[in-house]
Amino acid sequence: MTGRERLRRFLDTDPADAGCAETFRLLDVYVERELARGDARLAFPRVAAHLDVCGPCVEDVRGLLAVLPGKIN
Amino acid sequence: MDCAASSVRQNALATDPESAEWLTALGDSGAGRDLALARLHALLLRVARSEAVRRAPAIGVSGRELDDVVQQAADDALVAIVAKLGEFRGESRFTTWAYKFAVLEVAGKLTRHAWRKTAPSRVEEDWTLLPDRFGFGPAEAAEWAELFVVLRRAVDEDLTARQRRIFVAIVLHGVPLDVLVEELGSNRNAIYKSLFDARRKLRARLVANGYMDDLARRA
Repeated sequence: MTGRERLRRFLDTDPADAGCAETFRLLDVYVERELARGDARLAFPRVAAHLDVCGPCVEDVRGLLAVLPGKIN
Repeated sequence: MDCAASSVRQNALATDPESAEWLTALGDSGAGRDLALARLHALLLRVARSEAVRRAPAIGVSGRELDDVVQQAADDALVAIVAKLGEFRGESRFTTWAYKFAVLEVAGKLTRHAWRKTAPSRVEEDWTLLPDRFGFGPAEAAEWAELFVVLRRAVDEDLTARQRRIFVAIVLHGVPLDVLVEELGSNRNAIYKSLFDARRKLRARLVANGYMDDLARRA
């Protein structure tokens, strides 16, 4: 990604962005959906929009995925 | 039975059997509850350790310091879980819901630990860093020098004092969000929202000056 692209991405805000609080509230549901069906981004588009730009929340998702069993039924 | 305990018991009816067991035990009183709290704390310790070990290489914390972070994270996560038990809606397994508090506590504590010797407010503003912060190389930064002049002017003229402070800390100096949370006595969401609003204002200034079209055309 070039500097221009990175700057544009920073400046382009998404009105659907859920923010950190809603993302944390849905974090457990989002991660279980991802493990069970692999389509969490489609099921939770507002969370997905947030995760596209918020590094700390992305790390929380990775952390929770890492401590759960591989498959949730 | 108080309202919180009643709410916990109602949620226990609407979730999977294992989660229902947790809710029943934690909503109970006496020895059964104490046992459940001890079991939950043991699980949170395991999760906190796993998460701390995952994040540690990037932070540079190990040994006894890491052990302390793990212990404090598990302790604080348990307190948060007990306080918010009535908010669990059974949309996930109880343990998944509980683990996210341990992950969050580790994230905040490790990040703040790494920055404990550098208070964000004491970092001197260095605007020459801005192009590099967005990944502009020297030649690209020179080509877009005018844009960065306009961007800095917009930071000074269009943002509120709080938005400017957050922009300078996070964007210019790379201060982690969780460190700023403590510095400002705020929370992730409020700081994120301030930066979100700042981004919109800065974009509007660059649009007014024709730079967003330039960025799009030449990106």
